[in-house]
Amino acid sequence: MKIKPRLLATASALLLGLAASLGAAPARAQSAGVLHIYNWTDYTSPDVIAEFTKETGIKVTLDTYDSNETLLAKLKAGGSGYDLVVVSDDFVPIFISQHLIQPINAAQMPNFKNLAPQWQTRAWDPKAAYTVPWQWGTTSFMYDSAIDKDPVNSLGTLFNPPPSLQGNVGMFGSQSEVVDLALIYMGKPLCDANPSDMEALVKLLKGQKPFVKMYDSDGVSDRLAAGEVAMSQVWSGDAVRARLQKPTLRYVYAKEGATGWMDNMAVPVGAPDYQNALKFINFMMDPKNIATETNFAGYQNAVPASAKYITPSIATSPEFNPPKDLKVVFTMACPAQATKDYDRVWTLLRQ
Amino acid sequence: MLKLRSTLLLLLPAVGVIGVFMAIPMLITLVFSFMTANTYGGVTMPLCVDAYVQMLFDQNFDGTLSFVPDYVIIMVRSVYLALATTVLTLLLGFPIAWYIFCQSPARRMLLLTLVTIPFWINTLIRTYCWILLLRDQGLVNDVLEYLRVIDHPLPLLYNQSAILLGLVYTFLPFMVLPIYATLERLDTRIIEAAYDLYVTRWRLFRRVIWPLSRPGVGAGAVLVFAPALGAFLQPDMLGGGKQLLIGSLIEMQFTASRDWPFGSALAIVVTLAVVIALILQGRRSNSGVKA
Amino acid sequence: MSKPTEGGFNWRHAPEFGFFTTLMVLFLYAPLAVLVVYSFNANRLVTIWGGFSLRWFAKVVQNGDIQAAAVTSLIVAAAATLCSVTIAVAAALALARGRLFVGRGAATGLIMMPLVVPEIVVATTTLIFFSTLGMTIGLLNLIIAHTVFCIPFAMLPIQARLQAMGATNEDAARDLYGSEWRIFRRITLPLLMPGIVAGGILAFVSSLDDFLISFMVSGAGNTTLPVYVYGMMRMGVTPEVNAISTILLVISTLLAFCVFIFSRPTAVSGAPAAKRPSLSLSTQEIT
Repeated sequence: MKIKPRLLATASALLLGLAASLGAAPARAQSAGVLHIYNWTDYTSPDVIAEFTKETGIKVTLDTYDSNETLLAKLKAGGSGYDLVVVSDDFVPIFISQHLIQPINAAQMPNFKNLAPQWQTRAWDPKAAYTVPWQWGTTSFMYDSAIDKDPVNSLGTLFNPPPSLQGNVGMFGSQSEVVDLALIYMGKPLCDANPSDMEALVKLLKGQKPFVKMYDSDGVSDRLAAGEVAMSQVWSGDAVRARLQKPTLRYVYAKEGATGWMDNMAVPVGAPDYQNALKFINFMMDPKNIATETNFAGYQNAVPASAKYITPSIATSPEFNPPKDLKVVFTMACPAQATKDYDRVWTLLRQ
Repeated sequence: MLKLRSTLLLLLPAVGVIGVFMAIPMLITLVFSFMTANTYGGVTMPLCVDAYVQMLFDQNFDGTLSFVPDYVIIMVRSVYLALATTVLTLLLGFPIAWYIFCQSPARRMLLLTLVTIPFWINTLIRTYCWILLLRDQGLVNDVLEYLRVIDHPLPLLYNQSAILLGLVYTFLPFMVLPIYATLERLDTRIIEAAYDLYVTRWRLFRRVIWPLSRPGVGAGAVLVFAPALGAFLQPDMLGGGKQLLIGSLIEMQFTASRDWPFGSALAIVVTLAVVIALILQGRRSNSGVKA
Repeated sequence: MSKPTEGGFNWRHAPEFGFFTTLMVLFLYAPLAVLVVYSFNANRLVTIWGGFSLRWFAKVVQNGDIQAAAVTSLIVAAAATLCSVTIAVAAALALARGRLFVGRGAATGLIMMPLVVPEIVVATTTLIFFSTLGMTIGLLNLIIAHTVFCIPFAMLPIQARLQAMGATNEDAARDLYGSEWRIFRRITLPLLMPGIVAGGILAFVSSLDDFLISFMVSGAGNTTLPVYVYGMMRMGVTPEVNAISTILLVISTLLAFCVFIFSRPTAVSGAPAAKRPSLSLSTQEIT
């Protein structure tokens, strides 16, 4: 048969390639200087990695995940091989309690003093025993001032849209983000599980639903810039991107407050290159390095001295500089009853 | 007929691989569905049937149990969409498979590859491109407005029809390829003989082609229905996340809701439903076509 | 092949089907056209045209991670397809031609299971299973997990083809004292080729596209392309993804072209064409 030799050739080429890649992976892991970073895509500046490798000679591999929840599911199910993960603040207590991340005693690291005092003791990790700040931002909403010409300073505009914005509103697709912002609007504490509050919450969200175009956390800046939505819940960094495309967009610092979130570096239990991970964490507390990261991803960092290295267009943007009196409520991990309740709210809403 | 020994040997790799790497995880799922949810994901003892109860009776905010039709509604909606997808891909895919069959062998390969090349590109990306095409500021609306066929953009996206479009788009080759593989074996002399007897095209289809292509259609139906039932990407992206389908619901349980037992229980129910449907379909096709 | 029979009637000539198929092909390629065009978009935001630019292709060339992800995806898909098609052919033969009195239904059900169970469940429990066993053999974990779900995708078209084929040729060959292996190689395999090709394509495409199982089961350094792309969603999908998809599209077209070239003289049209008499026979000629 004519096919056979060529089939054999292709098959052997594939097998060779397979063997090569299998051989390569373990070899890399066993050499002294490797670091396996696990982060969101496009969230680790390639310049930072290059700089780190230059300074220490440690080779870095980067793998990606799409959300805290899937990271949690994967580590809980036994996923391993990673040296550094980046976890949002509301998940840090969960990871700690589930013994998924190990102590790093960051307070002892040489660069720890570079962190701003308010970030040295964070509510979710007071002694910085497990985590170090990566980047942080606020979550609020953005609207097109060309469509709604009135000044907007309240979350009420988002949850009870005026006629000009109705039908063109976007909300996040994640239950915690939507519920948190709604609770802030209602003036209730996060992780509230009071039954009458829950009923009010459902009523609020269901009342908003007819005017919402989609519940989706992805591609928000795209949508705002293209005009697909005239108002949307959005993260501060994304808001900058959207506004640069469409100057009439405005990020709102509402009087009720905004959600705050911070992503933190942590080392998973069973990390093969523990020392290298610590080196990287220390490296990222240096002002120049974290500034490179901020310039790449566009979110704030926890090192005040980095301010002089940040590109002006980012540094002076309103999204980057929340007003001093803004009530920033950082996200929290909620106990079982509250989680169950929010689940119920979310299912009822999207059913 | 092959000898028993050869038969078993041939079957062994498939059964072995799937038996070990699939059946054991399924067993784990079954066990999980009878355990209690750990607050932060995972499962703990004690064993209970809470997960199954939750499908029909959920806890209200004040702790009382009441019957909730929500999950049943979600299930019914998902089955409906999966069935609609299967029927539509059949209606659209059969003519394509037939046309390819009518070509010369060289042209057949060309057409087959033409039909399958799009599927090398990630579903997420192609779905994103559909959003670019269908949304209010998308190409379709732009063109229609330019041609002055409409004055406001049509709401083509973020509804059930958009989900259906996305599902049909994703699963079309899974219907076309098996049908083509079956049609290819068709003895063209039968067709010519039928035409010599002055058959109409419709009768030809109904009496000759359809019965002979049933194995392919059955295969295609399974390949479309089962994954379509569990799909969560198209509903979330194209449907605007406003209506939950069973795939998204189960995915939620393992991620945001951290309720692995409930997710496992739902998965078991879905699996059982599809398996029963498959068995029924298998019985029918075995007693049917005698090629 | 479009030679008319006596009287000028050619049942193969079906222009309305051709028109319909063309429409369907346009439907299939519409998002791809958008994809390719936007990969040349100078703007970072995928959805607003900012002028023609090659900067995303340049970024892809510099971005080792996205390349590694694409290569990993291709390797895993190729390996999984090879394994799953081989296993599927064996299993399909056994089920269709084998002497089995009991267990046929159960075996079929078992093999179809990966299709039927929701993916997140498969993904999570497979990971639990692997990590309990302490199996961390890098790429092989992924390949095994992919092979498992590719087997039913490969097997269904093959089974359909076997069923339509009938066993007459093989039985005839057996009457002529052919050995099992020879029968398989000379008769069954060539006749089965379209089913195998169809099954292989489906398996390959499913593996290339898989996200959840790849995400859960992959170890460090083994991110596949879908996992990479999904991880981008939080920060916004950049045209870099469009660029690499365009590159993949070009590669797949080239590969398809190669397959087309080397399958032309043989398998698909070989045995069956030789077996069937000329297609222009009419009933008069037979009698």
